[in-house]
Amino acid sequence: MNAPNPSGWRPSMGASAPAAETTSSGDHGLALEEPLIFELAGPTGTGVDFDAADEAPAPELMAFLRKSLPALPGLSEPDVVRHYTRLSRQNYAIDLGPFPLGSCTMKHNPRLNERVARMPGFADIHPLQPKHTVQGALGVINELAFWLVDLTGMAGVAMTPKAGAHGELCGLLHIRKALEARGDTRDVVLVPESAHGTNPATAAFAGFRVESIPATAEGRVDLAALTARLGPDVAAVMITNPNTCGLFERDMKIISERVHNIGGFVYCDGANFNAIVGKVRPGDLGIDAMHINLHKTFSTPHGGGGPGSGPVVLSKALCAHRLVPYTERHADGHFTLVEEEDDVDAFGRLAAFHGQMGMFTRALAYILSHGADGLAQVAEDAVLNANYVLRALEDVLEAPFAASGPCCHEALFTDNGLPDGFSTIDIAKGLIDEGFHPMTIYFPLVVHGAMLIEPTETESRAGLDRFIASLRAVTLRARAGDETLKSAPVYAPRRRLDETLAARKPRLVWREEG
Amino acid sequence: MRYLPLTSADRTAMLAAVGAPHINALFADVPDGALLDGPIKGLPSHASEMAVERHMKALASRNMVAGEVPFFLGAGAYRHHIPASVDHLIQRGEFLTAYTPYQPEIAQGTLQALFEFQTQVARLLGTDIANASMYDGSTACWEAVAMAGRVTRRGKAVLSSGLHPHYAATAQTMARFAGFALAYQAPTLTAQPDDAALITAIDGETACVVVQYPDILGRIPDLAALAEAAHARGALLVAVVTEPVALGLIEAPGVLGADIVVGEGQSLGVGLQFGGPYLGLFGCKEKFVRQMPGRLCGETVDADGKRGFVLTLSTREQHIRREKATSNICTNAGLCALAFSIHMSLLGGEGLGRLARICHARARATASRLAQIPGVRVLNSAYAAEFTVLLPRDARPVVRAMADAGVLGGVALGRLYPHAGELHQGLLVTASECTTDYDIESLAAALRAALKGEKA
Repeated sequence: MNAPNPSGWRPSMGASAPAAETTSSGDHGLALEEPLIFELAGPTGTGVDFDAADEAPAPELMAFLRKSLPALPGLSEPDVVRHYTRLSRQNYAIDLGPFPLGSCTMKHNPRLNERVARMPGFADIHPLQPKHTVQGALGVINELAFWLVDLTGMAGVAMTPKAGAHGELCGLLHIRKALEARGDTRDVVLVPESAHGTNPATAAFAGFRVESIPATAEGRVDLAALTARLGPDVAAVMITNPNTCGLFERDMKIISERVHNIGGFVYCDGANFNAIVGKVRPGDLGIDAMHINLHKTFSTPHGGGGPGSGPVVLSKALCAHRLVPYTERHADGHFTLVEEEDDVDAFGRLAAFHGQMGMFTRALAYILSHGADGLAQVAEDAVLNANYVLRALEDVLEAPFAASGPCCHEALFTDNGLPDGFSTIDIAKGLIDEGFHPMTIYFPLVVHGAMLIEPTETESRAGLDRFIASLRAVTLRARAGDETLKSAPVYAPRRRLDETLAARKPRLVWREEG
Repeated sequence: MRYLPLTSADRTAMLAAVGAPHINALFADVPDGALLDGPIKGLPSHASEMAVERHMKALASRNMVAGEVPFFLGAGAYRHHIPASVDHLIQRGEFLTAYTPYQPEIAQGTLQALFEFQTQVARLLGTDIANASMYDGSTACWEAVAMAGRVTRRGKAVLSSGLHPHYAATAQTMARFAGFALAYQAPTLTAQPDDAALITAIDGETACVVVQYPDILGRIPDLAALAEAAHARGALLVAVVTEPVALGLIEAPGVLGADIVVGEGQSLGVGLQFGGPYLGLFGCKEKFVRQMPGRLCGETVDADGKRGFVLTLSTREQHIRREKATSNICTNAGLCALAFSIHMSLLGGEGLGRLARICHARARATASRLAQIPGVRVLNSAYAAEFTVLLPRDARPVVRAMADAGVLGGVALGRLYPHAGELHQGLLVTASECTTDYDIESLAAALRAALKGEKA
């Protein structure tokens, strides 16, 4: 077995016998266990000092008072800092190494963006302050909006959606509204079977009927099947481009043309925009609406599962009817925030206030840092890195669409060819022991045991070589039938967790024993 | 470019390794004419860290900072002092730059924090269980209505007139496309919310009654009576809390009989941020767990029998159920949930109670000072830290004039209800532990001057 790390260092204990329970504390050096916050202290005390004196509530409030305070511990600052610092060390993160999750675009999060978002002029302003006191904030929204429109070649953008799936909803509601406005009741949305799960879920939530479109053997939308299904009941096609097999949809322009010809709209899932940003404008491909995950392409941090931000760029056909609020820039340089009172034709609102401002400032700082030239370089390096991974591993892992040509920003492999009893999960968990976060596994669903690898542009060549060596080593263990792989991971803070138990008897909150 | 590690030598070698003569060979599948031949024209090129910082700083300086002036805004977004350790801890790279915890063996930090968060939220709201967060309060509110529809198999909801109008608008936008019927109207300026009217609106088709607590005008509805009325007709009570700090003072909605309690968690740990990212809280009775939207974190054991945490009950979710999912949500508000949880871990129940009482006391001091101004009247009988005052004229120009005098004096109801003229003399005022005596005097002076100026 190849040693993947350049120093050649390996833990000395046997793989199936971790240095378990040999210490009195349960900790092992810097591998620290941490109890729940409720086990650290009783439900009293507070770690906050207050300036003002405590006063009795107003007599009018007596009838409404809480009978007992919530039973929650309040710990001192040193205890809280230590608790969360110890917890943090049980996490993998992009700051520790590559996070090659396909379709998730885990790239480096520049710290300048954190500094910018925390400027009091952005972090400490209220969403309902008089508009003339927040001209800089409206300026950020407007400036980012212009960048997104220019980068995508579209006509407008709705900035408020709070994440990618929320953006999908926003885009589909624009389509619903445009259809309604012309008195059209068509209600079928076609979704390729390789799509993200959010696509069909969103279409159903927006009140559409969902039908699936098959893929060809080479991993692209089946144009013939799609064309055959197009008809007067089809409201829209939701397509991911580049698609979830990591391939650019060559027929995209033709697809858009045919969908438009029957009076439908083309929605594009922009989760994979990182592969083409600055190189291709979706507007040039006939797209009518596309959400942009600022937390993917434009590097706002994922934060362990959000917050995200999903502005939706729109074609001219979809800009006629809008959601509030939005910003407008005037000739004299001042900005208007258009809300309910200023646009009686708007067809509603997707959330309170104005969208994910804290993500807008970060994304704008990221975009300004790269500029138009740097963003094109982002796409080129992301695609180059993915192809480098694809070609470096196709001799040991089945790459189902490798013969279809180059991939975009993610490389897709399957577990076909592994010995009986070994599958994608074992490769993934083996990678954990190698010190890497696994790739996206079992997605897309159109191939067996998918492994979808998206290195992104922020991995160095040396870093990719280390990752490739580790994935190769783990794959070779699987191919050799190494049974110890099935107990991986053994070096992580936890070994494989019993997800069935968690689902059968859900314990979602902590309760005192007994 | 400082964020791109590949050198031009790397690129050349890697292109050779993948057998591509030049980079655009890797974009060969892009249809003719769609591949750009250079950077998009008219857009600037890359910029140094210093230049970007300077540009953003210039934009930031065009905003009036809440913490630098007397500040009294609320209406769904609240300003409290956030302990320094909260922001320090959420900036640890292991939290900040982690993904959704799909690989639980190496995400126990995020997962355990979420489990603790769920417990804190459930105890705060008085519900059996809570989820791992939603986008924000407004979207959580619609998700609660949709969930009540699934639980009761009914397609109608009654929204209280005291519900935040942005929340109502969000629900209306969604309901219209989802084929759900909503009854909603703007509030009237009475000292107490009209619970009786709400009760009358409940019928056998009603899936849920949605009641904000305290309501948009700072008034406190009688949740126990509303719960009883709703349950008597087979409907659920959904309580909406936009200011969780108030729950350090007034009874938890779950205790009063609410079946689903949603809220905006922003006021603890997250900050104002011009409206987002915020944090949706979502708690409910345990029996509804399989109808809940959003991510859930659950306790389990690993192969060695050690306690650990995983995302669970994902069979409700979009990546498994696709078009039959309980919600289309994928990303939620993980880092904001962490900030909330850290702030709550410092406060504890005791600190939260103390904080809520101080905010209430500062609000009372503010209200009694404003009531001394001729023509100004306090509407509410009871309130926690937010209340409505009635001015002798439209509050919008008054708010603007106060801002010009360097006081952010509240939210004019006209901003929230542009089409309800009868509300336009209302001004929403919120105080907090940050409110000083000087702030209160500044507000009183600015309001007095603004009212005079309008007369002249």
